[in-house]
Amino acid sequence: MARMAKIDRPIETGLEKQKEKSALSAYFRVAGQVFLKDIRTELRTKEIFSSMAVFSLLVVMVFVFALPGKLKEAGDVAPGLLWIAFTFAGVLGLNRSFINEKDRGSLEGLLLAPAERSAIFYGKALGNFTFIIVVELLLAPIFSMLFNFSVLRLELLPVLLLGTIGFAEIGTLFAAMAVNTRAREVLLPVLFFPIMLPVIIAASQSTAAILSNRPFDEISSALGLMFFFDLIFAVVPGMLFELVLEE
Amino acid sequence: MTNNEQLNNSPGATLEAGRPQVMLRARGITKNFGHITVLRGVNLDVNLGERVILLGPNGAGKSTLLRILAMLSRPSGGNLEIAGIPVEETRASVRSLIGVISHLTYLYEDLTARENLHFYGKLYGLSGERLEHRVEELLIKVGLERRAGQRVRYFSRGMQQRLSLARAILHQPPLLLLDEPDTGLDRQAAEMLAQVVSEPDDQGQPRTVLMTTHNLERGLALSNRVVVLSAGKIVREAPAQRLAGDEVQSWYYEAIRR
Repeated sequence: MARMAKIDRPIETGLEKQKEKSALSAYFRVAGQVFLKDIRTELRTKEIFSSMAVFSLLVVMVFVFALPGKLKEAGDVAPGLLWIAFTFAGVLGLNRSFINEKDRGSLEGLLLAPAERSAIFYGKALGNFTFIIVVELLLAPIFSMLFNFSVLRLELLPVLLLGTIGFAEIGTLFAAMAVNTRAREVLLPVLFFPIMLPVIIAASQSTAAILSNRPFDEISSALGLMFFFDLIFAVVPGMLFELVLEE
Repeated sequence: MTNNEQLNNSPGATLEAGRPQVMLRARGITKNFGHITVLRGVNLDVNLGERVILLGPNGAGKSTLLRILAMLSRPSGGNLEIAGIPVEETRASVRSLIGVISHLTYLYEDLTARENLHFYGKLYGLSGERLEHRVEELLIKVGLERRAGQRVRYFSRGMQQRLSLARAILHQPPLLLLDEPDTGLDRQAAEMLAQVVSEPDDQGQPRTVLMTTHNLERGLALSNRVVVLSAGKIVREAPAQRLAGDEVQSWYYEAIRR
């Protein structure tokens, strides 16, 4: 048998740089394609979006009926209820994003792609962020009308963005972990909510403070906490995702 | 051109010059799932241009071995080299050298046939006219050019398998790993599979193929070496030409009884 060819190690820095550039471009290419594919598929099927939107509306309606005649005084609890509605609807969408891939066998097709596995995570997380934020932007005015307060305020934008980024990052990681288990639809919220709790609390408190016209100083620590969480969970999955998805 | 340079220049994953003689080398591959040992030190070499069929009873570890070779699963022990490159060093880029077909099609039902190929082509770094040309060429090759704009969910199993075949060779991989690719194939798709396995790749080089199957006759017709895996170990191998007709059956059953 002929002797196997040895790998020629690139000595020149130029080659190393070229290799890094190529790996980086493959990384962004895979992340981008996964994101675009998810958006295209969703625009066609509306499977995730419709289930999230309908479910979040139902949750809001449950609150409306559970608090009869007290909607006008619900100002203190309304921000919390709003984030509960976002969270429940978001979990539904997160579950579907990997279950669809797994059940149809296409997840393995993604795993065969010549890039780091975390590229799939970032593509998926970006897709989930998009679905969740669209549902939030649709739900907020409805919630606002029913609970008789205005959420259409620019100051809420950073809270919404930071909360949703954290939600999408943490949720995508745990959805990928849960998808290979038997009780995956139950396991996701069980794993996800305890980790997500600080973000939900910070988002609810910030929303409440902004809606009560309290000074920015009061919410700066909550925003800082959300930012810190988002940063950690932007980095951690990059290191863990390969282990999460491979057998 | 060195192997690393070739990998750098992927997408097309070409190994034009300095092609290694051993395309795939597995040494002491073991795999445990908890207390269950599925693979027990598998050593396997597949030479460039060789077509190897991997036979074995259910539970022998064929699919597990192929998943490890495709880097869909990590071995519990052992070393793996693809085209002379240890996969642990450059796991991501080595994947561009491999095309995989399994009983799962890896296709997106809500994308059209053309969109599926475009998506996978872009994952492998194809773009622009090169991608357009390659997709159209493959759609014609697998006989789906008239259904290219239709969503895959409306395709029969055979059509999906043909499209999956196109997906697997889209990036012109020098190594094909096929895990029971004949599951649910119609006659036309089976013929196409045989054609893809037997024909040279786009650089005119013979394809290197490792395939598992339960269909002895079809497997023998497509391969030039037969390897038998039983209880997680390779127990026998022989050139396919030496095994003809009824002899194969007795040779195989004798191997797995050992």
